[in-house]
Amino acid sequence: MVPTEHVLVFSAILFCIGMYGVMARRNGVLVLMAIELMLNAVAVNLVAFSNRIDPQGGSGIIFAIFVITIAAAELGLGLAIVLRVYRMRGSVNVDEADLMRW
Amino acid sequence: MDLGAVAFYVVATATVVASLGVVLTRSAVYSALLLIASLALTGFVYLLMLSDFLALVQILVYVGTVSILLLFALMLTRPRELQVMNHRGWPLAAGGSVVALVALVWTTVGTNWAALTPRVTATGPTVSTSSSVSSSARFAAEEVRRFGPEEIGTALFTVWAVPFEIASVVLLIALIGSLLIARATDLEDEAATGTVAGAEGGSA
Repeated sequence: MVPTEHVLVFSAILFCIGMYGVMARRNGVLVLMAIELMLNAVAVNLVAFSNRIDPQGGSGIIFAIFVITIAAAELGLGLAIVLRVYRMRGSVNVDEADLMRW
Repeated sequence: MDLGAVAFYVVATATVVASLGVVLTRSAVYSALLLIASLALTGFVYLLMLSDFLALVQILVYVGTVSILLLFALMLTRPRELQVMNHRGWPLAAGGSVVALVALVWTTVGTNWAALTPRVTATGPTVSTSSSVSSSARFAAEEVRRFGPEEIGTALFTVWAVPFEIASVVLLIALIGSLLIARATDLEDEAATGTVAGAEGGSA
């Protein structure tokens, strides 16, 4: 069995890659994909701690299932918003979607 | 070092490489395909961490549906001209991410996990009595075994029944909301065609 620390480092790397994607990408769809990476890293973390602390209760695994569920809902809504912005502005770049800016 | 650990390190390295490809490649479609690869490999990581049901859910949800949704959105929102993929301030983002990564890894390595969390091994006879989760006591009477699909189903419909129902409502609301947002409206047609009085106003 892999030590918990190594799994945590792995998930930290995934999370920071996703964070870079969220901050650096211009395309809205690519930003959503980076957010998926970050949520995925969090789920890995939850499973690692579930295996370590509570292997019989499995609360971390249940939490990971909920994270996947919410991630799917978030992606659906986010893509709908990106699609709408594209039809209104002709572009999916997040820096050009400044409708709510004053 | 046993075979499972070696497999974990190999799959984890592949996942990190694929994730780096997601945020670094210049083609949006390659980025989506690499994201699918990364998520599928994370499913294998779950498998190697002995949560087979979660691996199955990961493959079903991400590789089965989310990938289709992402590629669909990418095809629908094809940019008209070749454009820059990153913001101008991307070195700042890279620097911030590296700093955050160093901080996270430093904290992880520096923390004495054995002192903080009671390690419950799968083969050990001792069951942690300090665990505040009530479901821990539910399975404590049985033989010590891993948390398989049967246990997940039981826990999901007994201990976690209320969050489960709330999640279903959230999914329903997200479905209706996505439909409402993505639907074409008259206001939007007006914005798209300018001030010209459109003869075909009702076209969806």
